Amino acid sequence: MAIYDTRRRRSKFYIGLCYACVATGLGWLALILGTLLFEGFRGLSPAVFTQMTPPPGSEGGLKNAIVGSLIMTFLGVAIGTPLGMLAGTYMAEYGRHSKLTLVVRFINDILLSAPSIVIGLFIYEVMVVKMGHFSALAGSVALAVIVVPVVVRTTEDMLLLVPDTLREAARALGLPRSIVIGKVAYRAARAGLITGVLLAIARISGETAPLLFTSLNNQFFSTNLNAPMASLPAVIFQFALSPYKEWQQLAWTGALLITLAVLVLSVAARMLQVGRPGK
Amino acid sequence: MASRFCTESWIREGLPSFFPLPAVRICEWPDHWLRGAQLAGLADAPCKTTEKNAVANNLAIDNAGRESAEARLANALVGFKLRDNAFRLLTQTAAWTVLILLGGVIASLIVGSMPAIRAFGLNFLSTEAWNPVTEKFGAMAPVYGTIVTSLIAMAIAVPVGLGIAIFLTELCPYALRRPIGIAIELLAGIPSIIYGIWGLFVLAPFLQEHVQPGLISAFANVPVLSGLFAGPPYGIGVLTAGVILAIMVLPIVSAISRDVFETVPAVLKESAYAVGCTTWEVVRSVVIPYTSVGIIGGVMLGLGRALGETMAVTFVIGNAHRIAPSLLAPGTTISATIANEFTEAVGDLYTSALIALGLILFVITFFILAISRYLLMRLHQREGL
Repeated sequence: MAIYDTRRRRSKFYIGLCYACVATGLGWLALILGTLLFEGFRGLSPAVFTQMTPPPGSEGGLKNAIVGSLIMTFLGVAIGTPLGMLAGTYMAEYGRHSKLTLVVRFINDILLSAPSIVIGLFIYEVMVVKMGHFSALAGSVALAVIVVPVVVRTTEDMLLLVPDTLREAARALGLPRSIVIGKVAYRAARAGLITGVLLAIARISGETAPLLFTSLNNQFFSTNLNAPMASLPAVIFQFALSPYKEWQQLAWTGALLITLAVLVLSVAARMLQVGRPGK
Repeated sequence: MASRFCTESWIREGLPSFFPLPAVRICEWPDHWLRGAQLAGLADAPCKTTEKNAVANNLAIDNAGRESAEARLANALVGFKLRDNAFRLLTQTAAWTVLILLGGVIASLIVGSMPAIRAFGLNFLSTEAWNPVTEKFGAMAPVYGTIVTSLIAMAIAVPVGLGIAIFLTELCPYALRRPIGIAIELLAGIPSIIYGIWGLFVLAPFLQEHVQPGLISAFANVPVLSGLFAGPPYGIGVLTAGVILAIMVLPIVSAISRDVFETVPAVLKESAYAVGCTTWEVVRSVVIPYTSVGIIGGVMLGLGRALGETMAVTFVIGNAHRIAPSLLAPGTTISATIANEFTEAVGDLYTSALIALGLILFVITFFILAISRYLLMRLHQREGL
């Protein structure tokens, strides 16, 4: 009986530890979100959206950074998504059993978690050095390089979920594969494909490292793709490390905006996925 | 009519290999090909309204009409084939592009770091000095910082992450599983710059005031540990960076461990319970041994993330180019050095030294991630059998 008691006590102890782990994990999430909401909302005002980033020591907003982030995120997704979708399509449809697919899947998974700062260095070497100056376009391409693996992965996964009987039925009607893919497989996997794009947007909207030395930063409003452009993460980086109270406050507000955007996107992506199995 | 396009291989291409092919060679265009072509909008529909009309139209296409219908079909099929090949080529090119991207990253890093490699050779790895003024650069301090912060992160994140995964798969009431799982995954989605700013303004002051003085006095008389926890509590430093990284890596480790824990067959666990094992014994002797490969894969994936993480670390590490024995002292990591200094680097050698750091980082993470993916892939293959 004594042995059994010891075993039970040991089990209780370790299970208690597991509960403590969950409390720690959720506690961290609550702490981070709590601080962020508190500090961020304190500085949230219409001026944030209508005024430019201020010089040190004065009030201002984040308009140029918000617009810059939107432009570069949009371009990054616009460049990266088609490429990623096509590659994912090849892997799930044409080359399901080919060697190329195996290799691409492996490499893609590595790109998926590769350090983003290295992507920044890559684009710096390829575009910034060649063009001779920092530009929003280089920033967008750097973001696109991060979008590609995310989209490849979800496209392949989602297309593989489409039942083969659907494809065979379409083929039996005599449709060529390109049309089977376009009109049957894509349609059946539509929710999943959109999820992938949403996840990709969420992923790049907070990316800082690849922008630091591609699009740099810009104190002024600019929509010129061939010139440096401000972005929320870059402004947060600059402002948070500064000694000025106003700048630090703007950094918190910017951080709140990014987090809200990312959370909304992830929740939307999740809801799409939940809606899937019912269909 | 004998067909130029109706070769067996063309049919075979789209079908699974076990699919029975007709033994008789198809000599006439079957009706459903025509209908397929119509559906795709590539051939004129003989009728668009009612089935009655369709029958009538089909009957009408005999001898005389047949010739022109066949010609139209032949054209449509040439179109099909062209389109199909073009699309296939397009997707294949895209797949190659992914490989080219990786090749491009490696090539550009190597080209960019050539000046530094030529100037310093292998000494680059074993030199601690980092002096932009005299142009003496060595990678040892950043590499050391990267490894130490990642190890601290893994030391915290692995046990906690496994604990969460065990809770989610073995202990959690069913109704709570999804919400808690989602909350943990949300933690993974928060951009690293948010962790950075939180670490700088909240975690670092907290550690400085409440934790670090306690650590210093608690280990003051312990031989080895007193060296690790020595010096003034700066708040920012290697330890703080490690803690922030741990929070970042935690969701990755727990999400992957949860997924692999779920692959344990219920029968195995039930048999263990049936012979009288406690919950902990089931976890320790059945679940963890069964999934060890997957757990290691998940841990390596987390390690890969921790090694390459930039923004969260840059905010709190202090950016000091030296190897201090104390974990409380400021240090630097590869990614923090690049992020802090790249835009301000003057001179080719300085820039090149930073790119060489990037190359080292990429090589390290590449191998860690490759091992991790290999292990996880092996697990999935076993699952598939």
